[in-house]
Amino acid sequence: MESTAHDSHAEAYTGAPRILDREPLVLNNRSYSWITNRICGIVENKQPLLWWILMVPSVILTGVMVFCFVYLISTGVGVWGQKQPVAWAWDITNFVFWIGIGHAGTLISAILFLTRQKWRTSVNRAAEAMTLFAVMCAGLFPAFHVGRVWMVWFLAPIPNANAVWQNFKSPLLWDVFAVSTYFTVSVIFWYIGLIPDLATLRDRCKPGLKKLLYGMFALGWRGANRHWSHYETAYMLLAALSTPLVLSVHSVVSFDFATSIVPGWHTTIFPPYFVAGAIFGGFAMVLTLMIPVSKIYGLSDLITPKHIDNMAKIILLTGTIVGYAYCMEFFIAYYGANKYELQTFQLRGLYGPSTWAYYFMFGFNVFAPQLFWYRPFRHNLWVVMFVCMCVNAGMWFERYVIIATTLERHLTPGSWRIYEATWVDKVTFLGTFGFFMMLFLMFLRFLPVIAIGEVKGVLPQSNPHNEDHGKESIQEEDLMNYADRHVAKATA
Amino acid sequence: MNEDLSVSTTLKRVHGFLAEFDSVQELYHAAEHVRDAGYQRWDVHSPFPIHGMDHAMGVKRSKLPWFVFFGGMTGTAIAFTLQTLTQTTFWGDIGLGFLQTLAETYPTIVQAKPTHIWTLPAFFPVMFELTILFSAFTTLFGLLALMGLPRLNHPLFVSKRFAKFSDDGFFVCIEARDPKFSQEGTKSFLEKLGGKNIELVEDVI
Repeated sequence: MESTAHDSHAEAYTGAPRILDREPLVLNNRSYSWITNRICGIVENKQPLLWWILMVPSVILTGVMVFCFVYLISTGVGVWGQKQPVAWAWDITNFVFWIGIGHAGTLISAILFLTRQKWRTSVNRAAEAMTLFAVMCAGLFPAFHVGRVWMVWFLAPIPNANAVWQNFKSPLLWDVFAVSTYFTVSVIFWYIGLIPDLATLRDRCKPGLKKLLYGMFALGWRGANRHWSHYETAYMLLAALSTPLVLSVHSVVSFDFATSIVPGWHTTIFPPYFVAGAIFGGFAMVLTLMIPVSKIYGLSDLITPKHIDNMAKIILLTGTIVGYAYCMEFFIAYYGANKYELQTFQLRGLYGPSTWAYYFMFGFNVFAPQLFWYRPFRHNLWVVMFVCMCVNAGMWFERYVIIATTLERHLTPGSWRIYEATWVDKVTFLGTFGFFMMLFLMFLRFLPVIAIGEVKGVLPQSNPHNEDHGKESIQEEDLMNYADRHVAKATA
Repeated sequence: MNEDLSVSTTLKRVHGFLAEFDSVQELYHAAEHVRDAGYQRWDVHSPFPIHGMDHAMGVKRSKLPWFVFFGGMTGTAIAFTLQTLTQTTFWGDIGLGFLQTLAETYPTIVQAKPTHIWTLPAFFPVMFELTILFSAFTTLFGLLALMGLPRLNHPLFVSKRFAKFSDDGFFVCIEARDPKFSQEGTKSFLEKLGGKNIELVEDVI
């Protein structure tokens, strides 16, 4: 695969490190129109049978979720399993779980954009869509957790007849602002990214309702460079705005716990620990969705082993950070001389009633990703899917451990209680998976799953200075990624 | 449409010349030449943003960041005002207590937390979030304003070939309102640059 062009480089650059081939981001030298046809084809052609096999149960589960919420409203929050002292249980666990998953999208679209990771182009659109759907699932739980969901507008700073205002010093209110801002900004980011691709779909449609709708949302885009110039600035600005935002959202979520005085929650490690966990869980969900999508719709030339490898490495990194946080929490509990804190951790991990949850959490989140140290595992899709499933489950257990098992053994032993989830808790949570899948399948059906314009932009022939792209020219970024490629070649 | 056989009574206005190029590299060089020839009202159309094209066209940096900066600052100011009005005695302390009376807000005392201005750090998260929120909205609407979008139609969409811009077509369009535009001169200029399928795009009035 290594071309002879390299040998000439080696001669030309004697003394400098040998420049190795960069793994292409799009395999098989695909043309622009191949990319357009392949991605638009998903939207334009009939959906495969598997789409329907997944869609039907997803819609049914969504209906079940709606039923559960109606049952909850008509009966009362008592249908959920929480009783004092476990006032936060599955609902808040599910909230943090889903909002955590919703972090990968913005991470891929914003942070990887600012750090010029061009491989993001193949996965950012789907990851951003997944983010929005995950945040929608997340938002349901606190809204119903307040008890009287029809009063939920009290969370918004709207003047009301009682002249009563929100407590802006409360982390719960910060959370309202953080999550709603996150959702809004993610929608804007996603939509701006979609405009050129909507224009592509518009230009391929026959006149009719479809063309009208795609055309309306494409806003009359005509690919003019005077537009691209503003567009790229806007994209950069949104990436720069979203980067601190995505870090702030899960930090604020962690403040819900960290600013309380509950032993096991009152720790300063929470914000970075939560953010790392969110990225960890989010990437696992991105892979869980993108590997089947890429196989079913024949996108392996766009979502290459390189992409999966990179994401597996991020999972390994963040999983190890999470593992470090688990150990450090324990160490500080031991070292910090706060006996309540120490006891909480002993009950969590050593001899409490719910230590099983702790072991699930530790095994799934810390041990399973360690498989990714070994390159063939990162390139075996079954292993990658297995680890991602472990992480998906493990991150739910992490939140369950932090929230429910901590409250089970609160400060007053007289009120200790073993928490048990009711069927409504379980079915509602299952229902949100249906809701999430339904939205994602609709997204596959109606919108381009890969950012068509962005992928075209990373092809070698899209470089205006690449006169004869048969030969590889040395570019600035090639030198920057020298180490990366060096390792890739050595192991290949 | 049998435009060759029938006499059209539709009034048309020339929009400009549209020329197609085969590759990014050709488009880039063509843009450099059009820029150097001194044209003002022209643009290139491509399926993706081309690195360095702004320089090749002589397009200045976007002014969008300025809008966004002031949009963001508005968000910060709104969050500060909202929270200090409703939770502190700050506005009364600086002699602007009438604002609180006007807005019918009273400092809410909860969890025995103080109501003076030094509780400000507790307001930072909301100030931060609203800064981002307002910046993002300013980015969206500022972008649309600077691009002059959305618009329902554009003369270029009359061209059948132009639909390729969103797939794999690279175009240069020199508009008729450019002072240097001429039916003959501009066409031969584009031909000289290597433009293919050169087309006179007309706008139906």
